[in-house]
Amino acid sequence: MTYRVHVRVMPRAGLLDPQGQAVEHALSALGFAETRTVHVGRAVEIEVDAKSRDEAEARARLMCDRLLANPVTEDYQVEVEAD
Amino acid sequence: MVRVAVVRFPGSNCDEDARRGAEQSGAQAYFVWHRDTSLQGADLVVLPGGFSYGDYLRSGAIARFSPIMQAVQAHAAAGGGVVGICNGFQILCEAHLLPGALMRNAGLTFVSKPVDVMVERTDTVFTWAFDRKTPVRLPVAHGEGRFVADAETLARLEGEGQVVLRYLKSSPTTEGNPNGSSNDIAGICNAAGSIVGIMPHPERVVDPRLGSADGLLFMRSLAGVRALSGAAR
Repeated sequence: MTYRVHVRVMPRAGLLDPQGQAVEHALSALGFAETRTVHVGRAVEIEVDAKSRDEAEARARLMCDRLLANPVTEDYQVEVEAD
Repeated sequence: MVRVAVVRFPGSNCDEDARRGAEQSGAQAYFVWHRDTSLQGADLVVLPGGFSYGDYLRSGAIARFSPIMQAVQAHAAAGGGVVGICNGFQILCEAHLLPGALMRNAGLTFVSKPVDVMVERTDTVFTWAFDRKTPVRLPVAHGEGRFVADAETLARLEGEGQVVLRYLKSSPTTEGNPNGSSNDIAGICNAAGSIVGIMPHPERVVDPRLGSADGLLFMRSLAGVRALSGAAR
């Protein structure tokens, strides 16, 4: 079975996120005065072969721990698309 | 003669500068390719600057999985000297050979200019030719040089004297910390001083004809690495 996994990697809360700040300023400059905070991260889509959704998610978490996210500076979320 | 292996990744730069600098200081310096699996009997390994693998994902994240890095890990685990400059520092952090991480500069821009730094630790494979804490002016050229680590790690680095280079805040000409690095850290080492990572590029300033020779003592340290490992053992 092939599963499509969505991984979202974000800068850890509390760490300076200059990229998010720059986008925040740009949005304000565009007139989106309602903008409070912006954080910029990265999205990764992976198609994986697995026996179950749980297995697909577990493998994707391992991928995040080993490569896709930096454990010092980033947090991640994993979502597996419904069968 | 000390053998210095300079690892070339796709996207490395200043690799030739590092090799020549080490050679001119008396080392036998040569290149190894990222796909190689042997360091060919190196006493010391240099991971040079650049943009290995286009900095895809995160700086240094992909280079860490190069075949040669297994040999570097084994070399480091056996107490061998490893020096990472700029992108090399990023690779050492990604490979967990040094703690912490290097994030996007606080000012967001790529910074390429001379900075004043203090050599704070002199018993490392990259600084032992300095006989005391010494201020030097070195070029930096990076977009992701902001060193970060959790509070506990920072306290340990400071407490154990593992900060090798620190940006001089008071510098009137170079405006201090160029990237928002925690504690103005420009370079760190492991407890033994055998693994060193720094953001500035001493290999670019090894000849007065290039404007400065402030990097020379770093290159001499590379070439004389045995003096340190001999004393440490």
